[in-house]
Amino acid sequence: MDALIGQLPVGLSIGAVLLLAALGLNFTFGQMGVINMAHGELIMIGAYTAYVLHAWIGLNPAYSLLIALPTAFAVTGTLGWLLELGLIRHFYGRPLDTLLLTFGIGMILQQAARDTFGAPNVDVPAPAWLTGGLTLTDNIRIHYSRLFILALAILCVVAIAYHLNRSRAGRQMRAVIHNRDLAATTGINTRKVDATTFFIGSGLAGIAGVALTLIGPTGPTLGTNYIVDAFLVVVIGGLGQLRGTILAALALGLLNATVEAWADASLAKLIVFAAIVAFLQARPQGLLTVKTRALT
Amino acid sequence: MTAPALITRLRGPLTFLGLLAAALLVMPLLLEPFRLNQLAQYLCYAIVALGIALAWGRGGMLALGHGVYFGLGAYAMAMHLTLAAAATDPLSPGHLPQFMVWSGLTELPWFWRPLTNPATAIAAALLVPTAVAALLGWSVFRQRVRGAYFAILNQALAAAFVILLIGQQHLTGGSNGLTDFPVFAGTSLYTPTAQYTLYALTVLTLGATYLLFRHITLSRYGKLLIAIRDGEDRVRYLGYDPTWIKTLAYALSATAAGAAGALFVPIMGIISPSLIGVIPSIMMVLAVAIGGRYSLAGAATGAVLMNAAQTTFAETFAGGWTYLQGALFVIVIALAPRGLAGLTRTAAQALSRPTPANTTPTPETTTGSHP
Repeated sequence: MDALIGQLPVGLSIGAVLLLAALGLNFTFGQMGVINMAHGELIMIGAYTAYVLHAWIGLNPAYSLLIALPTAFAVTGTLGWLLELGLIRHFYGRPLDTLLLTFGIGMILQQAARDTFGAPNVDVPAPAWLTGGLTLTDNIRIHYSRLFILALAILCVVAIAYHLNRSRAGRQMRAVIHNRDLAATTGINTRKVDATTFFIGSGLAGIAGVALTLIGPTGPTLGTNYIVDAFLVVVIGGLGQLRGTILAALALGLLNATVEAWADASLAKLIVFAAIVAFLQARPQGLLTVKTRALT
Repeated sequence: MTAPALITRLRGPLTFLGLLAAALLVMPLLLEPFRLNQLAQYLCYAIVALGIALAWGRGGMLALGHGVYFGLGAYAMAMHLTLAAAATDPLSPGHLPQFMVWSGLTELPWFWRPLTNPATAIAAALLVPTAVAALLGWSVFRQRVRGAYFAILNQALAAAFVILLIGQQHLTGGSNGLTDFPVFAGTSLYTPTAQYTLYALTVLTLGATYLLFRHITLSRYGKLLIAIRDGEDRVRYLGYDPTWIKTLAYALSATAAGAAGALFVPIMGIISPSLIGVIPSIMMVLAVAIGGRYSLAGAATGAVLMNAAQTTFAETFAGGWTYLQGALFVIVIALAPRGLAGLTRTAAQALSRPTPANTTPTPETTTGSHP
């Protein structure tokens, strides 16, 4: 039992990382039906943005993290927006084709990163105020960087929830997710909403990337390690809803951590996979879905 | 059916089989043994491509994890060959493979034991992938999990499988994989005769798989499969159960991948997790997309071409090749979703007089794949 409680903070922080990676995906998938495999590479570019700010521009690690977060959001958001504008929007309604298309884009971005920054991993030093950790009991200790990621995930969720529920653009977004044709009939410019959603979704990938620099090295294949798990979060959580994604990310994080506590880590992945297939037997549409009368 | 119509209809498959016969008889004379071995590897991938074309092109199931089934077949054969090598190795105590001795194992794990028999190994290479695919297919299709969800589950399975193989090093050889296979059923695998036999076996398996899958796609069952791809719910309303129809096609495509894996191992001489993970699985699908997902012959050709290009370009300009592969994805999906097979068909139609609707149906959009 002690070991299980000890896994709780680990599970929460895995869940927070998954949540950051999956938040953006859920909206591009839920609203436009786009399986953006390049999302992983956007995460990777976010991480390299933090690296560039520190190593090339030479910002002080003490505050470069705080500058990296909005910068990465802008950089990957713009990149995602350009991709949507130039390529992806022509493939709406063909989800499987967008998957392969964006995988190709991801390969190109990954190789570009390899050519620019080199294949070996680079390190982005964490600011001094994030070293050390919080000791709760004798065997439970949380690193400050993990706490920071948790706080960052909460902040992002709150910001998105505010955007979706309070702002005009966010309400338009929800309308399009619920029923695209009806939203268009009421005068919403769905093209513009799609582009905005893609910008926000891709920008969130950048923030996830910066967060990942705190817990591991940065390399060209950084995103590939997270993309499959992030999509699983979307599959479990259900499409187009914030609550489902949050619950699924935390559940998957905790499940990973607890299974790893009593089984071998390599076996854990397969057990988690079996658990997901079993879960889909009960709820094939995911935890929560948008109730809509739109024909699918 | 009139005689000219019959000839038109059989022209494609006859060309394909003619090519196979040429591959069997002519290529060994033209190519040096090393190149023949490489061609045999590409043909193994062509067998996988036939399976993916059946599941994806006909059934609309984007099989993004076929590396798993290829790997299950390959590992079944590789485990047998490793045991065969260990049995003749005077340095290995108790006939254990070397890596197990180094990991401190003293006796053979239970799932290795049946594989000492070559017949069991071949059966396992075919049946295990089929069973895994049937189980996964049945459990998700019956809950109407499809389209992108299914593709993601395939990817997750490939990721989990590779992590398992790497993590259980004492049982599987870890990230080094299994290698060094001198004998199969008492015969050396290194002689030119053995290499030619393997090549011929691969060509024959490819031909047999092609004929079987072609027969399937032209049958009533094949029509149902296409109907499900284009409108699963409508097929359901007509009284058919899509679960079994889809599961069968998916399991058959896994069988093909398993057979290809079993052939690949003695030809290549090694199998390791890096050959069967998430990225190799997607590359198998890329080959099918390039060749033409709606055409079996196109898919197989695509696999041979892409793997040949891979060996030619990857060593000389690795970086440039990755850019090209990425660009190929984008170009094929954007401009030629029917691949090379679609392009040649369009070209042939443009050259000859306009013909009535062709026999291979292609969907306008992939309706019904949106969850």
